Amino acid sequence: MTLLPEVGHFALILALCMALVQSILPLVGAARHIGNFVAIARPAAGLQVLFVVIAYACLTQSFIVSDFSVAYVAQNSNVDLPLMYRISGVWGAHEGSLLLWVLILSLWTGAVCLFSRSVPPVMAARVIAVMGLVSVGFLLFLLLTSNPFERLFPIPLSGRDLNPLLQDPGLAIHPPMLYVGYVGFSVAFAFAVAALMGGRLDSAWARWSRPWTLVAWVFLTVGIALGSWWAYYELGWGGWWFWDPVENASFMPWLAGTALIHSLAATENRGIFKAWTVLLAVFAFSLSLLGTFLVRSGVLTSVHAFATDPTRGVFILVFLGVVVGGSLLLYAWRAPRIRSLGGFSLVSREGGLLFNNVLLSVATATVLLGTLYPLVIDALGLGKVSVGPPYFNSVFIPITAPLALVLGIGAMARWRKDSLARLLTPLRWLALAAVAGAVALAASFYDLRWEAIAGIALGLWVTASTGFGIWRRVAGHGGLARVPLAFWGMSTAHLGVGVFAVGIALTSTFSAEEDVGLDPGTSHQMAGYTFRFDGVRDASGPNYTARAGTVTAFLGDRQVAVMHPQKRVYRVQRNPMTEAAIDAGLFRDLYVALGDPLNDKGSWSLRLYYKPFVRWIWLGALFMAFGGILSACDRRYRRVASRVRQGAQTTAAAGA
Amino acid sequence: MSRFLLPLGIFLVIATFLAVGLGLNPREIPSPLIDRPAPVFRLPDLHAADRVVDVAELKGRVWLLNVWGTWCPNCHLEHPVLMRLASQLPDASGGIVGLNWKDNSAEARRLLMRTGNPYRQVAVDQAGHAAIDWGVYGAPETFVVDASGTVRYKFIGPLSDAIVAEEIMPLVSRLMAPVQG
Repeated sequence: MTLLPEVGHFALILALCMALVQSILPLVGAARHIGNFVAIARPAAGLQVLFVVIAYACLTQSFIVSDFSVAYVAQNSNVDLPLMYRISGVWGAHEGSLLLWVLILSLWTGAVCLFSRSVPPVMAARVIAVMGLVSVGFLLFLLLTSNPFERLFPIPLSGRDLNPLLQDPGLAIHPPMLYVGYVGFSVAFAFAVAALMGGRLDSAWARWSRPWTLVAWVFLTVGIALGSWWAYYELGWGGWWFWDPVENASFMPWLAGTALIHSLAATENRGIFKAWTVLLAVFAFSLSLLGTFLVRSGVLTSVHAFATDPTRGVFILVFLGVVVGGSLLLYAWRAPRIRSLGGFSLVSREGGLLFNNVLLSVATATVLLGTLYPLVIDALGLGKVSVGPPYFNSVFIPITAPLALVLGIGAMARWRKDSLARLLTPLRWLALAAVAGAVALAASFYDLRWEAIAGIALGLWVTASTGFGIWRRVAGHGGLARVPLAFWGMSTAHLGVGVFAVGIALTSTFSAEEDVGLDPGTSHQMAGYTFRFDGVRDASGPNYTARAGTVTAFLGDRQVAVMHPQKRVYRVQRNPMTEAAIDAGLFRDLYVALGDPLNDKGSWSLRLYYKPFVRWIWLGALFMAFGGILSACDRRYRRVASRVRQGAQTTAAAGA
Repeated sequence: MSRFLLPLGIFLVIATFLAVGLGLNPREIPSPLIDRPAPVFRLPDLHAADRVVDVAELKGRVWLLNVWGTWCPNCHLEHPVLMRLASQLPDASGGIVGLNWKDNSAEARRLLMRTGNPYRQVAVDQAGHAAIDWGVYGAPETFVVDASGTVRYKFIGPLSDAIVAEEIMPLVSRLMAPVQG
């Protein structure tokens, strides 16, 4: 028994004190023009980061050495747990994931402190202070309702083990990715609130917050894709998105964040949509907080079924009220003064971005409505309902299809004013080619359903129009070297949308699945493949025992895969887990899940899936994320930053 | 100014619903069985393979059905609560009937031996057919059946002492009153 948990607990209390200093003094200093108070923002934030890192390290060490005197460790770890899962076990349940959230928030704060030297000091101090306020809320939440360092007495000899669902590399890195994205939106939020406080809502504000927003969005994209990939191979249902409340909780900030990075482009380049962009920045982070509330308070049921506690729910709701309510009040007070400059014609880059923002906002509202609807109906006493995929699919597709249709054209349009003839004339042949390609692809599956053709054509159209945009830009601007990185970023992300759409269209229409009962040595044919069942034997891992089946897949006479689906029972928690076996490929996945034994002769029920192009869904998401990275690395952010500094100095000189 | 207040207004409406939602329990799913005759089953007894548990014999008594399995972590959580509940139930009641759902019988017996047995009888539902008849979503689930054989109450998830004290015991006393009187 060591004192580490007490050190960690004490470090958290010190972090809270520093967060209070970091948020209150700079705000007072900025309002009253007290230079020393403004200057304290960075050092205070630095200490806050240090203390949070210490607290986090203490909890991690308690996990590594299996210190079961810490209740949280005893509930979520076990001596037989592999080291990797002892480290990831830190965020395996409520208290630790909150601590991870706080850690990531403080790391973002640290990054803002380091990379905001070009931002005027008062603005930077306000940004750091607003992030400090968010830290105060979460640290209070940790210390008052969810202390991960709580001791347990008597000390148990063994821990209760990590939830088996979480003992998987995909899910081990999924929450940190997701949180980096969620929490990253707090930077855009802090910039927006700081700008509202200072009354300085110019294009410079958009330029500062855009790279931060892009990086947060990249992490969120990767995090959601990882979650979807994990659900696909771990839950054993062969689906990749379930419209589950917890999934929606991460999808809503992503949609709002996607709208935000587009509207920031308009604000940065043309000084328009200013008030709207500020509002979107507030929304994106509010939806991240709402997601936390939905997941952690238990107001909605979900397959993810986290342990829930009403006092925690009340705390998050109050916090949500202060942060979101406060910033929207500030918005209502300050936004009427914002004047957007310059008009534009509907056929222009601005028009395209407006269209994008309207549709993405409607999409966000749709998901929000579907997610909260069961709660609202229950609260009004009208009964218990659940809103599932039928609602989301039927509402979501009509909203996103036009988005894909216009995406390539909007990206090619000129600022201010363009003509439909210039944009559309060269594209008619591409449109025809997209439809022809879609018919050909569908014909290769011997199935000409119109939904499939429409979906594939849309994906091919996005790809083709984006490709044409790249060619036009490169040809029109004197070669590759002159094209900025941001353009490559945008184009890559848009190609990702095309890849994603093709993947969804093909997977959702041409997948095959069957439940079969097979005797050892017998085969079943599906989608052109022959699956031979070779029996089941015992297997075991460090902390589980398993029954492992062997299924050999053939295409014609050629053997293409040997798969070993498992049914595991983890020794401590005793829940049975299905480990599906997947033979992955760029053009198709074969997927086998082991069911139940049917008799004493070794016959088992098996679930077989054939999933064409399913990898393209995650490949598309990776393209989008990579595009985001390219855009965030664009040289102009550094160049502009230094120009803004010069500008600020000139203004200061003029004012003096 | 007013159009800039709109976002705040929308947020306040959502926050109100969230606040109300905190007081509700989404797991309290109404069962189509409530106020309907309890499905009957005849299943092997966990403790004696040659005997059967026949719930039709419980007619005339108030009894509880608890669906459980050794594989279900929430059942372990619920176990001490069930032990206390069993000690409070009057002898005139039918007690708690356990439905050991899709479980390994030897392990189930070992667990009850080690941690105590809150059940008057335990029926073995290896195939899960009885659980389907009762509309079981997952373990644990608990039902209260009255003397006429009608299902009067259902609870999904692990019972707590509060649920037992505030909902189950008052209901059982109410249902037993006419029998005693």
